[in-house]
Amino acid sequence: MIVTGDAGEAGEGGRMTDQLQHTVRTSRERVRTALAHRQPDCIPIDFGGTAVTGIHVSVVAALRDHYGLDRRLVKVHEPYQMLGFVDDDLKEAMGIDVEGVMGRETMFGFRNRDWRPFTVPADGLEVLVSEEFRTTTDDRGDTLIHPKGNLDAPPSGRMPRTGYFFDTIVRQEPIVKERLDPVDNTEEFSVVTEADLDDLEADLAAAEATGRAVIGVLPGMALGDIAFVPAPGLEHPKGIRDIAEWYISVRKRPDYVRSVFEAQVEIALDNLARIHARVGDRFDAVMTCGTDFGTQTGAFCSVGTFDDLWLPYYQQINGWIHGHTTWKTFKHSCGSVERFMPSFIAAGFDIINPVQCSAANMEAAHLKREYGRDLVFWGGGVDTQETLPFGTPDQVRAQVLERCEIFGDGGGFVFNAIHNVQARTPVANVVAMVDAVHEFNGQ
Amino acid sequence: MTIIEELYEAVLEGDFDDTPELTQEGLAAGFGPQELIDRAMIPAMTEAGRRFEDDEYFVPELLSSGRAIKGGLDVLRPLLLAGEADPAGTVVIGTVQGDLHDIGKNLVAVMLEGAGFDVVDLGTDVSPSQVVAAIREHRPQVVCLSALLTTTMLSMPTIVDAIVDAGLRDEVRIMMGGAPMNEQRAKEFGADAYADNANAAVRAALALVGASDV
Repeated sequence: MIVTGDAGEAGEGGRMTDQLQHTVRTSRERVRTALAHRQPDCIPIDFGGTAVTGIHVSVVAALRDHYGLDRRLVKVHEPYQMLGFVDDDLKEAMGIDVEGVMGRETMFGFRNRDWRPFTVPADGLEVLVSEEFRTTTDDRGDTLIHPKGNLDAPPSGRMPRTGYFFDTIVRQEPIVKERLDPVDNTEEFSVVTEADLDDLEADLAAAEATGRAVIGVLPGMALGDIAFVPAPGLEHPKGIRDIAEWYISVRKRPDYVRSVFEAQVEIALDNLARIHARVGDRFDAVMTCGTDFGTQTGAFCSVGTFDDLWLPYYQQINGWIHGHTTWKTFKHSCGSVERFMPSFIAAGFDIINPVQCSAANMEAAHLKREYGRDLVFWGGGVDTQETLPFGTPDQVRAQVLERCEIFGDGGGFVFNAIHNVQARTPVANVVAMVDAVHEFNGQ
Repeated sequence: MTIIEELYEAVLEGDFDDTPELTQEGLAAGFGPQELIDRAMIPAMTEAGRRFEDDEYFVPELLSSGRAIKGGLDVLRPLLLAGEADPAGTVVIGTVQGDLHDIGKNLVAVMLEGAGFDVVDLGTDVSPSQVVAAIREHRPQVVCLSALLTTTMLSMPTIVDAIVDAGLRDEVRIMMGGAPMNEQRAKEFGADAYADNANAAVRAALALVGASDV
């Protein structure tokens, strides 16, 4: 049982009923059972645990209205994709089993603190953002966000005046072949400080107190993640920061890419040891890679390129985790990645997300049959390109029930939509999705 | 290896540092600009496109080959403007309003250029009025519209409406693509063609301008 009692009593800072306390105590066990490829009492649900399993702030606001929760401005915890915090009362209402411990800084290099109102230009929705979420407006009316909240630094993200998300502004200095230095591409990676660890431990303790499973998003683990290559959190990035230039480098400058990865992994392994020394095995899962290898119809690179450039380094990161902790490792990759699954497994990933069944060769039953013994599917619950935003509630329900049937068999499944729930998704469809999971779970 | 073969290999292998010099060498050896394009560059990009569709080439390969051919074309373009140009057609291309994603759009542009089209790239976040103005200015045969987001692909029919309202619909063929798009949706949005990858976009563009029966 997940959703019972008066959700209003479980509001932020409020007291939960005994029944709810019992309910949420089971959440962690439910997720752990699913991650161990055993059949849990029912399928666990994540929304808001990571920046790839979240909900757009506008939809979070609509859900709060739908469930009759306290009227409050929703906080944007991830400004790049404008993801809204799924507060405890909404988690209760939706029956969510996962808490996230996010990194200390957002994509744009600032911390979430000292909240203040911000109006999203496209739809006039008022939300809360960090005081360091500092923007300017260009002559087209686009919103420009500045790294580290520093208005003196060139903007690193742009939200079109009609848009609902930011995208990175590439700030690429002219490339002089002879002067390319991989060190320039590692400026954003650093060893965690004691203050970082203090924050991490506090966030982890708060997450554990909910009784839900805890997933940690560990800093600096994503190798060659194209969202991070432009370094939107740095004020004046150097090195290869243009997206096309980076992809070209994968083919034409592989030694440069290897050098970046080697330096990054050295820091990552140091950080893993420091983090584990502080928090032990208290994470149920950790996200170690968000690099996309799939497109809608194919792959960004060959499996051979992955095996050559990425696999050895992820074997080091995931190998360290498996050798020293009980954490499960979470890999995100959009698109058609069926061909990479054996390599993902060989690289030591335990969990795959978002399981984009709408992409080529990503049919749910095939994935479960071929890879379900080795990989937990954290996602794949409903298509966010077609069914969830444009389908009817009945179509949403039908697809969710089908995916639960396929992916839920024998455990190894955490329900989540295929990537974040996007802006302008009808709230009735999101509710139909949640209700369908509970229907499948017999609730 | 002849200079034509060297230039072909340089484009196919994405050796963008070498193609300007090899193109100059080709000219010095007596080949005309259009000859270098037709005998070396377009065949190389056609082969790159084939490899892309056959899962031998991927995004890094197409981008570097695209940059390589661009290096050669930059050398030849001033000469072509002097009267030797024989483009397959003119294409106006852009990512639609509200959307800043351009990897797919750039791949299509590169491949179209490699197939001999003059490509007018309007960039990202392109409004209906920008498309209409570009059609009036450049008189393209084909307009290509791209979107990555479910929220922004809905700008596509708005752009088609603007083209209709401007009285230009009969003058251009419209192609659509991007992750959330499919054949049916493109048709509903008023497109003449849909492509789900860069090489398919080239085939469709050639068909739309009557250069191919594909």
